[in-house]
Order: sequence, then structure tokens, then C-alpha cells
Amino acid sequence: MADSAKVIEVIKKIIADIDEQKLYLTELDNVIGDGDHGINMARGFDAVNAVIDTFEGKDIGSILKAIGMKLISTVGGASGPLYGTAFMKAGAYLNGKMEMNMDDFIGMMEVAIDGIMKRGKAVKGEKTMLDAMIPALDAMKESYAADGDAKKALDAGVAAAEEGIEYTKTIIATKGRASYLGERSIGHQDPGATSFTLMLKAVQALA
Amino acid sequence: MVDIVVVSHSQKLAEGVVDLATILAPETPMRAAGGKDDGSFGISFEKISNAINEIYTEEGVVILIDLGSAVMTTEKVLESMRGRNLKMVDCPVLEGAVAAAVISAEQAPLIDVIQVAEATRETAKF
Repeated sequence: MADSAKVIEVIKKIIADIDEQKLYLTELDNVIGDGDHGINMARGFDAVNAVIDTFEGKDIGSILKAIGMKLISTVGGASGPLYGTAFMKAGAYLNGKMEMNMDDFIGMMEVAIDGIMKRGKAVKGEKTMLDAMIPALDAMKESYAADGDAKKALDAGVAAAEEGIEYTKTIIATKGRASYLGERSIGHQDPGATSFTLMLKAVQALA
Repeated sequence: MVDIVVVSHSQKLAEGVVDLATILAPETPMRAAGGKDDGSFGISFEKISNAINEIYTEEGVVILIDLGSAVMTTEKVLESMRGRNLKMVDCPVLEGAVAAAVISAEQAPLIDVIQVAEATRETAKF
């Protein structure tokens, strides 16, 4: 069970981790994209950081919605609208809730991933963030259904997301700018899959 | 859903902005009001009015403009439609249109769509 204060704590960790990893994410994107993923994500979460004090005492849905709005307006490139949509969907799903449990987290991930697939017209296997997200969600669902242990489920989710990143190295990009590279995109991991995994790890670390 | 009208001095530019935003948010109703009635460069009262009328719902319409000289004509259109839920937003036209279209697709109310579009004023490109 996580309350709104815990969610804010996780968001603060995501802000710090994205900032710390922004050069790494940008490096990954330099190889197969337009080299701005880390900088863009850091800018977006920096904008979130600027209003984080206003989150105190708010319900989890409102907090996630506010983050979505910031990401949509401040992250350039496709990741702004995609991550922004994910947070908006998650916020709508948890509307009014001051606490969330693992079932809520799984349900929230489900609507967030649906939102990204619709907005990006993407499916699994196209070398995108979805290649980490979908296996992570499936692993969390399976583990939680078997054990009812949230910590274990998050561990399984992170492990699956990391495998997903490895998997993105083996496939050809067919979405976004990386698709211009065709076969040359093989061998390189997807920056979006990497930034998602970073966020999930922040949840895991504080859960 | 909050709808979007893109006003530009160029018909092609307005249509291009709408096309690009539509890729990310095909469900958000958008109209382009670019150029004068004869297709030449400029701003058309008629085109803006028609665009708003075509997609207006009570949830509201945001109007984005490309250059400051579109403000006066757009204001006149808004004056002629008093009582309607319309808002001209000061923001970069492409960034604002993409952000507004995406947030509107998430069923955000007019006040949030305005806020998100306005926030794109501060988005650096690199």
C-alpha cells in the first residue's frame, strides 16, 4: 500500500534519477534517434520538480494528471505526448485515491500502456518503450497473482523490463526516427525502454 | 472534448500544423483557418468563424494563432460569438497545437488545455 506522500517520494526519486541519467539516455538516443531523449525527459521532470510542492496532500490521481500535463507541454519529441498520455491515463484511473495498492498499480499500468499504444500507434516488438513496459506488466501480473506479494511482483517487473531492454538490442526499429536506420538499429537498446525501466526501478526501490 | 482551431497567415501552414497534431491525437477535432478567402496570405474572419462553427461544442474551442497580426481578426470573431466557450491562446502554434490536441484527447477540460498550450511558451527546443 502506498499513500499520496509515498507517491510523491517516488516521483522525487524519478526526477533525480532521470536527471542523473540524462546524458546516458541522450547517448543511447544519439546512436539511433535524434539524441535528445535524456535532455527532453530531464526538462520535463524538471518542470514537474518546479511544482512538486503543490502535490502535497493531493490525491494520487491529481498528482499523476498534473505530471502528465507538464510532460506534454515541456518534453519535446514524441516522448512528451507518449509519457504525458501515460500519466494522464494513470491519473484518470486513480482519480480521487489517497492510497493505492498493487492491484491499483497493475490496473494503472494497463491503462497507461493502452494509452501509449493508441497514441503512438505502436505494438510490442517495434523497438520502443513498449518492449520494456508490456513484459514488465505481464510479469507483475503473473507474479502478483501467484504470490500476492507486491515487492516480489515489482522485482519481477523490473527483471522483465531489463530483459525487454536487452530484447530491443536484437530487433529492427520500425517506429520513430530509429526506423530510418533499419538494420543498423540492431545492437542498440531503445532509449524509451531504458527511461521506463528507470522509472519502474524507482518504484521498486521505494516500495 | 475541447476542439482546436489553428489560425495562420498561410493556408498550408495551418493545414500542416493540424495534420501533424492529428498524427498524435486523431480523436481531437481540429480545423485549419489559414490564409485569406482566395487562398492568398493573410487572415480571414470568415475562415476563422467557419472553422469554429464546424467543430464547436460547449466543452470549448481553443484558437491558436501563428503571428501577432492574427490577434485582431481573431478577437473580432470571438466578439461576434460572445457567450460561447472560446479562448485564444498565446503560444507557439505548432508546439501548442500538439500539446493541446494530446491533452484534449485525454478528456481534459478547457482550463487544462489552455494551461498546457500556454506552458509550451517556455519549452526550449534544445
